[in-house]
Amino acid sequence: MTKYLKTADQDWYKQRLVRIAFCVAGTFCLIFIRLFYLQVINGEELRRLSENNCIRLQSTDPSRGMIFDRNGILLVDNRPAFDLHIVLKDAKPVEQTVKKLSKYINVPESELMSKIKNDKTVSSYKPILLKKDIGRDALAAIEVRKFDLPGVSVDVKPRRHYIERQTASHLIGYLSEINAGELNSGEYPGYTVGDYIGKYGVEKIFESFLQGKRGGRQVEVNVMGQVVRILKTVDPQPGRNLYLTIDMHVQKKAEALLKGVAGAVAAMDPQTGQILALASSPSFDQNVFVDGMSHEQWDAMVSNPLRPLENKVIQGEYPPASTFKIITAIAGLEEGVIDKNTIIHCPGYYRYGNRTYRCWKHGGHGDVSVVKALAESCDVFFYQVGQKLGIDRLSMYAIASGLGSPTGIDLDHEASGLIPTKEWKKRRTGVAWQGGETLSAAIGQGFDLATPLQMLVFTSAVANGGKIYKPLILKSVYSSEGSVILESKKQLAGKLPVSKQTLQIIKEGLWDVVNNKKGTAWIAHIEGIDISGKTGTAQVVGRSKDRGLSEEALSHRLKSHAWFVAYAPSADPKIAVSVMVEHGSHGSSAAAPIAREVIKTYFGQDENSKPDELKVAGN
Amino acid sequence: MIDRRFIKHFDWGLFGLTFLIVFLGLLTLYSAVTSSTAGPQEILYFKQLAWYCIGLAAMIFSLFFNYKLLDRWAPVIYVMCMLLLLYVLLFGKYVAGARRWIMLGPVSIQPSELAKIAVIIILARYYSKHANIGGLNLRELFIPFVLAIIPFILIVKQPDLGTGMIVLLIAGSMTIFVKIERRSLLCIITSCTIVVPLVWFFLKGYQKQRILTFLNPELDPLGAGYHVIQSKIAIGSGMISGKGFLKGTQNALAFLPEQHTDFIFSVLAEEWGFVGAFLLLCLFLIFIIWGLNIAYRCREPFGTIIAVGVTAMIFWQVSINIAMTMGLMPIVGVTLPFISYGGSSVITTMICVGLLLNISMRRFLAE
Repeated sequence: MTKYLKTADQDWYKQRLVRIAFCVAGTFCLIFIRLFYLQVINGEELRRLSENNCIRLQSTDPSRGMIFDRNGILLVDNRPAFDLHIVLKDAKPVEQTVKKLSKYINVPESELMSKIKNDKTVSSYKPILLKKDIGRDALAAIEVRKFDLPGVSVDVKPRRHYIERQTASHLIGYLSEINAGELNSGEYPGYTVGDYIGKYGVEKIFESFLQGKRGGRQVEVNVMGQVVRILKTVDPQPGRNLYLTIDMHVQKKAEALLKGVAGAVAAMDPQTGQILALASSPSFDQNVFVDGMSHEQWDAMVSNPLRPLENKVIQGEYPPASTFKIITAIAGLEEGVIDKNTIIHCPGYYRYGNRTYRCWKHGGHGDVSVVKALAESCDVFFYQVGQKLGIDRLSMYAIASGLGSPTGIDLDHEASGLIPTKEWKKRRTGVAWQGGETLSAAIGQGFDLATPLQMLVFTSAVANGGKIYKPLILKSVYSSEGSVILESKKQLAGKLPVSKQTLQIIKEGLWDVVNNKKGTAWIAHIEGIDISGKTGTAQVVGRSKDRGLSEEALSHRLKSHAWFVAYAPSADPKIAVSVMVEHGSHGSSAAAPIAREVIKTYFGQDENSKPDELKVAGN
Repeated sequence: MIDRRFIKHFDWGLFGLTFLIVFLGLLTLYSAVTSSTAGPQEILYFKQLAWYCIGLAAMIFSLFFNYKLLDRWAPVIYVMCMLLLLYVLLFGKYVAGARRWIMLGPVSIQPSELAKIAVIIILARYYSKHANIGGLNLRELFIPFVLAIIPFILIVKQPDLGTGMIVLLIAGSMTIFVKIERRSLLCIITSCTIVVPLVWFFLKGYQKQRILTFLNPELDPLGAGYHVIQSKIAIGSGMISGKGFLKGTQNALAFLPEQHTDFIFSVLAEEWGFVGAFLLLCLFLIFIIWGLNIAYRCREPFGTIIAVGVTAMIFWQVSINIAMTMGLMPIVGVTLPFISYGGSSVITTMICVGLLLNISMRRFLAE
């Protein structure tokens, strides 16, 4: 009964509909009043504004964050570039204006006209970009004759400038204009055509820190297109400044040492994982990517057999050769296959199955312990250790030591190297693992591949007592006002599978490599700095595509790659270095001296570096 | 076959009114797409003509069956629309930072438009069964709340804040029409006044900034603020009699953003002046009152509530869109029904007209 009474009937709905109609009428009244206000009361004023079309937008680009080295030396900044614009509506007659302009700045008229024709800007009130970065002479020529060039304007825009040409190019990377694919990908919201974005290296990885925020102005202009009044301004926000971990003096020294060869030098602080130098040779000039390059320049870069665009520190994969013996020794000692006193006789060869595996020293090393085997890099000793371990146990240690997978450095395209196992070979080639291949693997040949960076991280871990750190390239980020945004901290990525006692034995061997007259890197020995290290000489296998090469080129092509990994001072390591010289023949002669010089520079013993100046910059 | 009474009772008035508004819309669109050399393409005008042909078919289709069948079909239609919304969110075409469209060969459809109708129908079904003179209490309001909030969230996620808000406004208008119990209403209002400041307190700086900019475009002089100024200049410069057909300079010189969709009213007001804009607004007002009259004359609640929902949709879109172009409201992407370019919007609006005609001509069938 009550329910029935409460049910909404049509009369009840009708009542409510009438109220709704009043609400609608009220809203429309407001709209009518506003319309009347705009069109009748304010109409005259707004008509005037529309006739002059005088309110326009001008955008202001933010200046991109600067990049410094660890001591505050400026590596990348922005210089003013002068871009030439034309506003068609103001430039009438356009043809005549362009003709004059082409005379003043020495650019063919057709080139300028084609820019105007190709422009897809929606309105004749928006400035069209005629020519980028016209240079100061052309700027002066235009400024003097401004009265003669209606509608022509020159905008100052910040342009990226890499101060030291060809220095740390692979690490810093470069900027380039954003392309259609990147614009449509949705990964770059807020960017428009013509914007520059980081395409490679630090410039790309830390784009979000560097970019800043666009600003602009709402202005009222007169009939000539000149600004009469600034209505509103939004200031651009400059990007953040980056401090990299690299030390510019060490970096430049490393690059100078690599001059003329293909190779890589990387150095890091073994206690923190901070990269001190990251040099890949040959290098390239980043400025040409910003300023634009010709097809010939690009082709030359791409077809260069020394591969300048490749960052060999993280992309170059080489057999680790004898530097790998450190891992074989660790595995042998940890697994109890050998101990510190185990003596193996080296007659200069080792017979396995029906094959003979040679030691690099033809006469042989005689009786060898593990320390001597490391110091003199005896192959026979490690053949036997490897054979006793078996490939899977050996590879387990290599993988646990960080080889075979990327180190996780904040750079694109890092290679992972390769550490083979029985299962991997079966899967990859379909052929079972051969015992002899274990012998090759034990001395870092065969399938083994590692990047210079992987060997650096590993060497650092040996140096610091077993801690594998993620290599860091970013030290800190500061806002443009100078407040700290981010301070990077060391990141432990793993631990070497090694006990203190074993590591002590290994370190003894590595010390002998440099400091024992019979050691393979006696050449790297210097007074005052206690260096430990390990050489490596990676045999290069002939490739089918080498067939067309001349004899001289072929003999170079087949020369071994030279490795040297080192740390110093031996007792309390402050720097670890990894050097790889492609086709350098011997680790001891080609790579070890480079590491020695890099370490010398770092400790300020290099005659060219000025440690005093360094200290000032550091403060 | 077809009851003769239907033809006799066909609402020629509403049909003629629709025709008139559509005609004005096409004229304005023609101006918006042809006057400027580099703006939207002329082809859009012919596309819109084609969409109106399809829209007419959709309208005729939606008046042929008895609208009461919708009561039974409402859940199916609703679920299908929600699935489409979900699909578009996951696999839709990515255009200008949003996923709003499903591509079907050469045409793209916007499921959020259809979702508006689905919400109207499903709420009408619920309210026609639960409405009472005392008003709905909180427990009874829970289901309609869920029914409306699902499409709202899915649409806002695309992101399309404008359409999402329209869905909420339609649902809110229908709910207020069937009345909320006084105590529940008080409850809702109090909790809102508590929650809103709390949420504001927890928002991050940039989020607050974004909301402030949305509410007051002047804070963004390089984006929305600039658009509002240009739109106001366009409307005001039309003065009393307008600059004349195809003679709008703000339009022709592409000073107006989105001149064929969101800001098309500015084009009309610039070219036809106060006279033209006033006429269009009057036509819209008549249309809305007409819709309410259909609700008034319908003899059973389901039809009444559908008619109210459909009319609310037209009302909110018209008033929000026009208020926005005149600088009275934040800039949200809401189209002007019958006038703005857009296939899904045309079809949705025409289906709504069809529903009104349907309810109008079957009012004699009610028991």
